[in-house]
Amino acid sequence: MYEFQYHRATSLDDAASRLADEEAKLVAGGMTLIPTLKLRLAKPTELIDLAAIPSLKGITEEGDAVVIGAMTRHADVNRSDVVKRAIPALATLAGHIGDPAVRNRGTIGGSIANNDPAADYPAAVVGLNATVRTNKREIAADQFFTGLFETALQPGEIVTAVRFPKVAQANYQKFKNPASRYAIVGVFVARTPAGVRVAVSGAGACVFRVPAMETALAANFSPDAIKDIQIPQDGLNSDIHASAEYRAHLVNVMARRAVQACA
Amino acid sequence: MQRTVSLTVNGKPASATVEGRTLLVQLLREHLGLTGTHVGCDTSQCGACVVHVNGEAVKSCTLLAVQAEGANVLTIEGVANGDTLHPMQEAFRNNHALQCGFCTPGMVMSALDLVKDNPRPTDREIREYLEGNLCRCTGYHNIVLAIAEGAAVMRGEAPPANPHGVAAE
Repeated sequence: MYEFQYHRATSLDDAASRLADEEAKLVAGGMTLIPTLKLRLAKPTELIDLAAIPSLKGITEEGDAVVIGAMTRHADVNRSDVVKRAIPALATLAGHIGDPAVRNRGTIGGSIANNDPAADYPAAVVGLNATVRTNKREIAADQFFTGLFETALQPGEIVTAVRFPKVAQANYQKFKNPASRYAIVGVFVARTPAGVRVAVSGAGACVFRVPAMETALAANFSPDAIKDIQIPQDGLNSDIHASAEYRAHLVNVMARRAVQACA
Repeated sequence: MQRTVSLTVNGKPASATVEGRTLLVQLLREHLGLTGTHVGCDTSQCGACVVHVNGEAVKSCTLLAVQAEGANVLTIEGVANGDTLHPMQEAFRNNHALQCGFCTPGMVMSALDLVKDNPRPTDREIREYLEGNLCRCTGYHNIVLAIAEGAAVMRGEAPPANPHGVAAE
């Protein structure tokens, strides 16, 4: 690791003012950032730790939605009675990120701000049509994730919470890498008040929806309705773990399993 | 920039002067001489570095020492009671749940984290909980037996029969 300064922020304003230095970086749970620093893929002058800002933690119900603070850890989402009752698929997803020790540190805000192509949370945020809250505005899920490790966040903008509409009928199926537990392909299917949504993580540079599957499932919510819908392999990830062709195939398989599990 | 980190390690106050980039595992091993916590993969996959921070298992190779400022840290050195092994350690010995022993400190710390929330884990739950702890010697079979036995003894029950863990299969 390159050397850096470390600052434990005492408030959101404190963190935001420090972030005015463009060479500074926020650290949430650090489960991705610290490995990135070890590989010298990032060289921040300062790390601004968000761990001591109480307002960023916690899970609350707001009418027909569940709001999860950015610094809420995967283990907390997994164990939350509120999430288990209102959006059981989200609690289950959180319980399969990484491993138990990673889930004791990693946070939802860190995961979505990083937008790793193989992360699990982006599929849930898009699949459930959630809203990302920042210290400046609210951003709809479909506008938040913009590309490989890219989001709509502006310089100095900090994710504060994610608002998920309550959706009882939803499921996430992940074909995971057995060592890293990242998604080789993960598919989140949800029957939301606004229609069926199918969001795919792991397969491409960034989470994406499959409109053809959503239309077919709106007409007939069954695995058979989508069995012939293959997504094109052009532009999908191809690496030592899986070829683009294999990933395209897995999208269909995981989507059918997710529909089966919801139905 | 150097800074002093103060924390509690195995029940005793400890402090060390470290850089921002110093990892918790480096603080434990190199500054405090607690070499029971191992570094295997250094990529947060293998779990040889698992310690408890404020009562929860974390991978100490993926936590900065400065992030643990003020924390209560438990390492494998703090598990036994003097010369008497902790029941979980004793169960690993009874069941021949280690061969080279490199992964064992992390296995024991993860096992204690599991049993804290789930005092009566099934074999399947034990296996699922160990997904972040890799062992390249044993094939996990005896580790699973050991954790089941350790959990039973911690519940105040007698160890199950077949303490040697050499199951016929």
